[in-house]
Order: sequence, then C-alpha cells, then structure tokens
Amino acid sequence: MKYFVRKTGFLLLTLWIAITLNFILPRLMPGNPAQAMMAKYAQRGPITPTEEHALALMLGLPTGSLWSQYWQYLSNILHGNFGVSYSFYPLSVMAVIANALPWTLILVGLVTILQFIVGTLLGIYAAWHRGKKFDSSATVLFSFTSALPYFWVALMFIYVFGYILNWFPISGGYSGSLSPTLNWNFAGSAIYHSVLPALTIFITSIGGSLLGMRNNMINTLGEDYILLARAEGLSETTVAIRYAARNALLPIVTNFAMSLGMVVGGSLLMETVFAYPGMGYLLATALNNQDYPLLQALFFFITLSVLLANFMADVIYGVLDPRVRKGGAR
Amino acid sequence: MLWNPLKPSVTPIRLQSDREDTLRKPPNFFVLLWSNRKARIGITMLFFFFAMAVFGPLVAPYSLSDTDFATSQPPTLAHWLGTTQSGQDVLTQLLYGARVSLFVGFVAGALVIVIAMFIGFVAGYFRGWVDDLLSLLMNIVLVLPGLPLMILIAAYIPSHGIGEIILVMSITGWAFGGRTLRAQMFTMVQQDYVIAAKFAGEKSLWIIFREIVPNMLSYIIANFFGAVIGAVLAEAGLEFLGLGNPSITSWGTMIYWAQSSDAMLSGQWAWILAPGLCIAGLAASLTFINFGIDAVANPRLQEE
Repeated sequence: MKYFVRKTGFLLLTLWIAITLNFILPRLMPGNPAQAMMAKYAQRGPITPTEEHALALMLGLPTGSLWSQYWQYLSNILHGNFGVSYSFYPLSVMAVIANALPWTLILVGLVTILQFIVGTLLGIYAAWHRGKKFDSSATVLFSFTSALPYFWVALMFIYVFGYILNWFPISGGYSGSLSPTLNWNFAGSAIYHSVLPALTIFITSIGGSLLGMRNNMINTLGEDYILLARAEGLSETTVAIRYAARNALLPIVTNFAMSLGMVVGGSLLMETVFAYPGMGYLLATALNNQDYPLLQALFFFITLSVLLANFMADVIYGVLDPRVRKGGAR
Repeated sequence: MLWNPLKPSVTPIRLQSDREDTLRKPPNFFVLLWSNRKARIGITMLFFFFAMAVFGPLVAPYSLSDTDFATSQPPTLAHWLGTTQSGQDVLTQLLYGARVSLFVGFVAGALVIVIAMFIGFVAGYFRGWVDDLLSLLMNIVLVLPGLPLMILIAAYIPSHGIGEIILVMSITGWAFGGRTLRAQMFTMVQQDYVIAAKFAGEKSLWIIFREIVPNMLSYIIANFFGAVIGAVLAEAGLEFLGLGNPSITSWGTMIYWAQSSDAMLSGQWAWILAPGLCIAGLAASLTFINFGIDAVANPRLQEE
C-alpha cells in the first residue's frame, strides 16, 4: 500500500512541477511573449490605451502580482481553461486541442501497440535463436533503423511513395474535398492518408521494442530456473514462452506504458512533415505563430499523458512483481 | 586457450610460464572492443565521420559562400548532390555541416555525461538523504517528456545559436545517464575493495575516481555515446523545426531548408537523402559501438 501512496505522491509532485515550469519559463525569459504579440499588432497602426486594454483582455494577458497570477493560473488549469489561441482566434485553446487529439491518439496509439506486439515477438524469436542468421541480421538492421531520424524517414517516404510512385497522398489527414464527419467515405480517406505516417512510426520505433526484448530475454535465459526447466525436460516452446519470455516481459511492460504515454506528443516531427492534423502538427503551428497559450497547453497535455502512463506502469509493475512493491529489488 | 591441469604439458616449462604471464595481464579494453565485429563496424564509421569533419572543408568542391550556381538543381556532374534554392552546392554544405553536427553532438553529450556523473556519483556514493533527494530530482527530470520540454524552452529563448541548443539539450538530457550511473555507483560502493579503501583512510574523491571509476569505465563510455546519440538526433529535430540558427550550416538545418523549399517535390532527392543518411549513420555508428561495449562488459550478451 505504501508503494502505491508513494507513486501517487510522485505523480502529483511531477504534475505540479510541470505546471509550474509552464508558468515560470515564459516569465524567466527576457521579453514577454504577450508583449511581443502586442508589438505585432502595433505595427499595423498605433494603438490607443483603450485598444491596448481591450487587446490585453482579449488575449487574456495576466495582471496583478506574480503570486496572484500563479494562483489564477493554477485555478484556470483545474477548470480546463487554457485561454484563447492566438493563431486560431477566436477558438479557445481547449477547442483547438480537442480537434487535434483524436487524430494523434488513433493513429499513433494503434501503431504503437502494433509495433510493440510485432517487435516483442521478433525479439523473443531473435533471443531464442541467438547468434543465428535472423538474430545477427535483425540486430544490425534494427539498430540502424532505430537510429534514423523520424522526420527524415517521413520525408523520404513522401518522396518515394508520394512524389515518384504517386501511391499515397503526401500531406494532410484526409482529402480536402471532404468534411470531417463520420461516414465511410471520410474514414476511407483518413485511412488512406494515414498509411505513410503509420509506416514511418512503425519502422522507426519497432527496433527499440525488438532490441529491448531481445536483450532482456538473453539475460533471462541465463537464469538458473531456465536451466532447471530444461533439465526437467520441458518442451522448448514451454521454456521459451512460459519461463523465459514471461519474465523478460516484466521490464518491457514499463517501456510499453511509457511509449503509450509518449503517444500524445510522441511523433511531433512526423506529423509536422505530413501536415497530419494531430498534436505534433499543432505544436509546430503554435511554434511558428508564437501562439504561447497553445504551446503551454500542448506541453501540459503531453506531460500529463506521459506522467499518467508512467504512474500506470508503476502500478502495474507493483502488482505484477511483489519484489518492487515490498521495496526489495529496485 | 584451454589449459588442462591434469594433463602434463609437453611444452618446456619456461615457455609455458611465459605464456601464463601474458595471459594474466588483463586485456586492454579497446583491444577487447575491437575484437567485437559490431564495435569494429561502428568505430570505422565514426572514424569516417570524424575525418569528414576535419578534412571535409579541404576536399569540398566549392566554397561555402559560393551562392551563384543555378538554383534548385538535381544532382549533376558539377554538383553531385545538386544545389539549394539559394544556389549553394549541397555536397559542400554536407562536408562543412559535419563539423557543426559532430561538434554539437559531442559537446552536448560531454556536458550531459559530466552532469550525469556528478549527480549520479554523489547520490550513489553518499546515499542517505542526499541520495533520496537527488534520486527524486532525477526521476522528475526523467519523466518530463524530453523533446517537448526542449521545444518549450527553446521557444522562449530569444536567440537560437549553437550554444543555446547545446545548453537546452544538456539541461534536459542528463537524467537517464544519472540514474544508471547512480545504480552502478550504489553497488560498487558495497564492494570489498571500496570498503578496504575507506578503512585505509582514503579520501572520497580519491576512492571515486581512482578506485571506482576505472571499474565502471565501460558504463561511463556507453552512457556517453548514448548521450551523443540523443544529442545528435535532438539537434536535428530542433533544427528541423526551425529552432536552431538557420544560417548555420549543419545537417539538421540542411534538412530544414530542403523541407521549407519543397525539395522533394522538385526532384531534389539527394539534398534530403544525404544529410539524413549522415545523421542516421553517425547515430548508428555510436549504437554499434555501444553494442560492442555491452557485449564486452556483459558476459551474457557476449557473442561467440
């Protein structure tokens, strides 16, 4: 029980730190981003004090002492109020994010699960047939693919499959002539547009799953209980799956939960390349337009999902492995 | 080299003891590493990239400031990798860019490992509340998502030079290495030879750097290379997003310019392919070296 209380405490602490970072960072840097925004408006013509006041209210610029601003900020976040987006004005930041989130969740989430399953199975196979042809070629190949920059793979796919072969669309999440409603036409277009982004994530992330599982499994295969299981004359598959893989999976569960947490913010660069209407592309848009309220909210949600996933991983790990819960192995 | 003590040796005694003497000397770490095939591939590749950074500008076909070639050319005989939208030679940029990319990667990697060593060692060596506090700090930094945090910080920094990029990457990237080095230090401190050194009255700094560090050198080197890989990829990502200094020529900014001038839609595949391959090759070379270090340091992963 103490273990779970400690993990909950850690979750709340890290969440508070992330929020506070979000609050402090803009105020630490020279020049106020909101003032820069005002200066931009001022370029179009002189601003009277009343107009300036109206602009400040419209953009939700902070007023009052730093301390009262901080409390205001915390209460705004608790109420899910992240202000107005500069670049999508008059939409609220929450509305903009609500539009983008499903795209990322579905695409990146599905591919992450898929690559994890395939990668882990291949990792088990490679470790079991260690030193054989598949193992040695797979480790070299996948350590190379996991070193590939995400966004670059995306660019090359666009060039080969989009530009030269003309098989797939090169940008966007759905055909521009359709409106995002739930029907087969739209779903088909969305799936068609997601092939290249999905392939990019799959190829660049499967190496990590494969190599992680392989190395864990090789370590497990050296344990005495594997030797015993073999000495007892259990079949090879039983030893491989029920004895070795099951135990080797334990630390991988954490990795998996972490990579699920990364889903929300995980493929920032890939989405930017494909102009895929998810969270990553939104982040790039916010960056280019100096849309600080949106940027902060995106960082908040990306961090929140990572922290929650991390918390879940800790809880699952604690349930699966009593040694961790009782404070033995750490 | 099997030596069976039950079987009387036929070779003269003098010769045998000679051979034993050479065997008893611990093999050099780098010799061991070189004997691993993957590490050998990695070291060779890394050497190639270093040569590129050192001699690249000397063998570059044109000057970096030459901007009066025909713009946006696909690869030709005069320009093997084509030209950019502002009329620069891509191959020349690639050769010059090696310097910036390697410099940023290795300096940021070095900074990361120094911070990681300092915090990890202090936590693992002194234990108690110092460890509790530093471990908490490491876990917090570790769990905050790296790239988004870098982007957030970089977005607020008014100027975007090489220094700023290195700084942002080092303050966000040290926690992983810190935690593994702490765990290593934690187990090392319990070893008999460290306890003996403590009883002999050695100072903490002496024990850490003369007794313990040599024994975990492989971990430190592997962590250093890991940090460089992270830095190389993160640098490319930040520059690609336009958070670097676009007027500096590095592999990351090359891709940034190629993307922003729609290079692949005008058939200039080489302009994007080449810097990306270099980034991937550099990262892969370090990964291969780390594979070798792993195989040498962890007997279970050792290859026959």
